[in-house]
Amino acid sequence: MIRLEGVTRQFRSAAGARTALDNVDLTVAAGEVFGVVGRSGAGKSTLVRTINLLERPDAGRVFVSDQELTSLKPAALRAARRRIGMIFQHFNLLHSRTIRDNIALPLVLEGRSRVEIARRVDELMERLGLTEHARKYPAQLSGGQKQRVGIARALTSEPSILLCDEATSALDPETTEDILALLDSLNRELGLTLVLITHEMEVVRRVCDRVAVMQDGRIVETGATADVFLNPQTAATRSLLAEGESHTAAPRPTSGTVARLVFRGQGTFDPVLSRISRETGVDHAILAGRIGRFRDQPYGQLEIAFQGEHTEMAISRLRAEGVEVEVLS
Amino acid sequence: MFANVDWTTIAEATSDTLLMLFASLAITVILGLPLGVALYATGKGRLLENRVVNLVLSFIVNVLRSVPFIILLIVMLPVTVLLVGTSLGVAGAIPPLVVGAAPFYARLVETALREVERGMIEATQAMGGTTWQIVTRVLLPEALPGILAGATVTAIALVGYTAMAGVVGAGGLGDLAIRFGYQRFQTDVMVVTVVLLLIIVQILQVLGDRWVARVSHR
Repeated sequence: MIRLEGVTRQFRSAAGARTALDNVDLTVAAGEVFGVVGRSGAGKSTLVRTINLLERPDAGRVFVSDQELTSLKPAALRAARRRIGMIFQHFNLLHSRTIRDNIALPLVLEGRSRVEIARRVDELMERLGLTEHARKYPAQLSGGQKQRVGIARALTSEPSILLCDEATSALDPETTEDILALLDSLNRELGLTLVLITHEMEVVRRVCDRVAVMQDGRIVETGATADVFLNPQTAATRSLLAEGESHTAAPRPTSGTVARLVFRGQGTFDPVLSRISRETGVDHAILAGRIGRFRDQPYGQLEIAFQGEHTEMAISRLRAEGVEVEVLS
Repeated sequence: MFANVDWTTIAEATSDTLLMLFASLAITVILGLPLGVALYATGKGRLLENRVVNLVLSFIVNVLRSVPFIILLIVMLPVTVLLVGTSLGVAGAIPPLVVGAAPFYARLVETALREVERGMIEATQAMGGTTWQIVTRVLLPEALPGILAGATVTAIALVGYTAMAGVVGAGGLGDLAIRFGYQRFQTDVMVVTVVLLLIIVQILQVLGDRWVARVSHR
C-alpha cells in the first residue's frame, strides 16, 4: 500500500545541513493502523509528509498503491494526493469558510458538481456528528470538533489512506480518546489505512497494529505494537517507553528469584500464576505490574518475586503455559 | 460667518475629490492586488519562489514608494498627458494617484498574505489543489480582512494625495483649499474644505472597519 525505499531528506540552513530522514525504508500494508513514534526532531513529521510528497525526498522512492509518486508529473501527483487524506495537529481549517464549506473544499478543488458535493458533505457531517455545526465557522468550535471537521474534510474525496500528523497532540485526554475511537472505527468500518505520527505512547497502544520507532532520521525498530512495546530491542524504544512511567525502580527483595512475566491475548485472563503457585508450592509477590491492551490484544506485564524450593519448575511450567518469563535476578 | 464660501463650488469640489478618490482607489486595487500577490508568491520559501522576479518587483515598488508624492506629481506630468491626454482636472490626477498608491497597497497586500498560516496552504496542497486554486480559494479569502483593511488605509492616504494633487491643478477640495483658503487668505473656505476632508476620512475609516469585521471569522 505505502512503500518508502531509501528515502533521504536533508534540510540546509545557515547553521549547516541536518539530515531529517536518513535512508528510510518503510512498508505499510493496506488496512493497517501504523504508528510512527519518536522524540521531536527524530524526523517522524518529515516522514509522514514524504508519503504525499508535501516534502520531496532528496533521494529514494515513494510508492502508494503501487504507483511511484516520486516519478509523477504535477497533475498526476495532484490526482494521487486526492486518494491520500491528511489531518494535522493544528487542524488547518480555513477561518474564512463555514464548517460545511471546509468539508466541501477537496471536492470543490476537484471540480465536482454542486449536487454531488452537497450529498457527500451531508453524509459525512451526519456520520461524524457535525450536522448542527454546518453553518458555523471553525473559530466557534472546540479542538475536538475542529479535528472532526479535519477528518471529515480528509474523507470527502474517499481516500484509501489517512495520514495523521500529531492529530491528537493538541487535544485533552478525553477528546484524544474520542478522536482515537473515531479513527479506530474508520479503520474497521471503511478499511482505511492509517499512518499515525505521535509522541504519545498511549495513542500507539490504543490504536496501532504496528509501530516504527524513529531516532535521528532513522527507523531503529519496527514491528507489531505488542512485540515492540513488550520486548523493546533498542535503547531509543526503551527510553521512549520509560517516559511517563514511575522513575523509582521496583523494589527488589534480598532473597528469592525476581522475574518479569508477560501475558498476551486471552492468557491474560487465565489464573495461571495462582494455579501454578498452588501446584508447585512456590509463593509469589507482585513487585510491579501493568495490565492493559494493545488495540484489541490484552496483555499483562508483571514483576514477580518467587520464593520456594521449586521456583525453577514453576518458571518452566509458566513458560509451558505460554507466559513469557525473563529472570531478572 | 462663511462669507467667501460658494456652496456650489464646494459641492463640485467635493464631488471631484470623491471621483478622484474612488477612480484611483479602484485602479490601485486592480493593479496593487496582483502586484502584492506576486511579491508574496515569489518570496523566499513561497509557492512560486523566484529570486530574480521578486528582487525586480521589490525594487520597483521601493523606488516608487520612496519618491515624495509632490515630486511624483511633477515627474509624472508627461506620462499623464500621454495616458489620458491632459494633466489637468480629475482625469489628469488619476495616473499619479495610482502610481503613488498602488505600490503602497501592494506591500499591504503582501503583508496580509504573509499572515496566512502555512499549514492551510499545505492542507490544500495535500488535497491536490493547484497553485492557482491555493491563491484564489485559500490565500485571498483567508487574507481578505487584511486586504480590506489595507484598502481602507490606502483610501485615506489617497484623500491626502488628492489634496496635494490640487497643486498641479487637479481640482477638488485640496485645490480649493490652496487657491482660496491659502493663496487668498479666505480662512472660512479653508475651514470648510478641511472639515469636509475630515468627514470623508472618518466615513472611510468607519465603513472600512465594518467591512473588515463582517468578513473576519477568527
